[in-house]
Amino acid sequence: MNNTPEISTVQRGTLILGIESSCDETAVALYGDDGLAGHALHSQVALHADYGGVVPELASRDHIRKITPLIETVCDSARRAEITGIAYTRGPGLVGALLVGSAVASGLGMSLGVPVLGVHHMEGHLLSPLLEDAAPAFPYTALLVSGGHTLLVAVEGVGAYRVLGKSIDDAVGEAFDKAAKMLGLGYPGGPALAALAEQGDPGAYDFPRPMTKRPGLDFSFSGLKTAVMLAIKACDGTPQVHADIAASFQQAVIDTLVIKCRRAMRDSATGRLVVAGGVGANQALRDRLGAAGTTDGFALYYPRQAFCTDNAAMIALAGWLRRGDFMPGIAAAQATARWSLETLVPPRPTKPVS
Amino acid sequence: MTILAFDASTEALSVALYDRQRAIDDACFEIAPREHANKLLPLAQTLLDRHGLWLTDLQALAFARGPGAFTGLRIAAGLVQGLAIGASRPVVPVSTLAALAARAFAGQPDAARAQIVQDARMGEIYTATFARDALDAPETPERVIAPQDLAVEPAGDVIRAGNGWALLDITIDSELIYPHARNVAHLAAAAAARGEAVSPDQAVPVYVRDDVARKPAAMR
Repeated sequence: MNNTPEISTVQRGTLILGIESSCDETAVALYGDDGLAGHALHSQVALHADYGGVVPELASRDHIRKITPLIETVCDSARRAEITGIAYTRGPGLVGALLVGSAVASGLGMSLGVPVLGVHHMEGHLLSPLLEDAAPAFPYTALLVSGGHTLLVAVEGVGAYRVLGKSIDDAVGEAFDKAAKMLGLGYPGGPALAALAEQGDPGAYDFPRPMTKRPGLDFSFSGLKTAVMLAIKACDGTPQVHADIAASFQQAVIDTLVIKCRRAMRDSATGRLVVAGGVGANQALRDRLGAAGTTDGFALYYPRQAFCTDNAAMIALAGWLRRGDFMPGIAAAQATARWSLETLVPPRPTKPVS
Repeated sequence: MTILAFDASTEALSVALYDRQRAIDDACFEIAPREHANKLLPLAQTLLDRHGLWLTDLQALAFARGPGAFTGLRIAAGLVQGLAIGASRPVVPVSTLAALAARAFAGQPDAARAQIVQDARMGEIYTATFARDALDAPETPERVIAPQDLAVEPAGDVIRAGNGWALLDITIDSELIYPHARNVAHLAAAAAARGEAVSPDQAVPVYVRDDVARKPAAMR
């Protein structure tokens, strides 16, 4: 079923439009048989900064204002006519925000006469290093560290994911942001904290390395947050002491992540560690993981900075890799706020060209 | 002028296809909470198929732009934006309260004015009063207020309609009606004829309630 009566019958290459609106970034991208063909993003960070966190209703209101201009930026009407499928983030995320992307995707799919597929946001992150020229081969191990997630995942292939470890409380990016807030660095203050840490002594405070002495690959960061709060209360509040607290906090977080990654790499023996998510951009973390990789003999893969945080390139890529899953017909606009990665299955094989 | 219109502003959902010249005035309506995102597009396709039309036969898309349930307004706006970009058609946003007034007037040919009161949740109401011949311009601006602050129009030739009257402390005879895409389509046709269609990126909700988040005290 399609709504374009004059549609061409010429065999077209696959070109997927990706749409992301699960949290506080609105993003659109195109990914085709020749790779990434365009991407654009509007960040809401400034909108939420005054509230000390993402306000879901404000996020949704911003998505519906920004999404269509972004689509028009990434593809003009001639380019839109070449699209063969639309992939949107179906979840997990804020349900009201997700529904904006899924509604626009479904409407556009119907009007272009192309099928629409809801994809998993975290699958997008896991596959994001495949957007780069130096892409890892399967299988690999992935550390996903952001404001919403802290996950170690075994990636055997597209749709074949096993969660090896996750945070039992705060996400690591959340811990960064909360510690930054306590240090008066505003919201979201993770990057500001990392910058302040460069002026401080990482050995000044002996903060806990939560759950590193026990076996297993789960994380916990809420106790570390409490330790930082107590240190700030007890200190004299000079800039140098604040820098020391920031450096010691970052050191404790990185030690924890590195210990778990080394353990995961030893257990899995994939030899390839992918680091994605906003915290993956932290230079001190990259330096330490790089050193661990050199010692232990595993290679590191990072998506470029713009694709560490939420983006639509990874959603378009996931759609392209799942091009066999697109079903013809009018799509329901789906939003799944909670959705386990481990429920995903590999894509159906693409039909050979007849 | 052929128009496809959507309403998702309450727990009801509806789609309408309207073309006065072709004598098409058809609609699908359901009360289906939380099903709007699933049901609206398939219903739209059903309507188009029933009349043998393509999206490219339309002159405009329309939707109830609010006030109403925030998520529902965005579902309708999102679907319509997507349809409008792909079909290269403009969009006509229509007031939900005006659509309700149009529906109320249709049921009472003698009434001259309609006072609309919708439940706005959080103990408040959305309200506006319309004259029959000026549905595009309410007598009082659409607003969100406490029920006790409503000046109830004296009975006579005024219809009272909407789902918010039960929130008043006093009992008032009123018509409990849902917004309907059929009225959205009719009003959109008139608005489009006046040149009020907008580009797809301008097809955004009008929430009326805009004070939706409080900044922490320390940051104000």
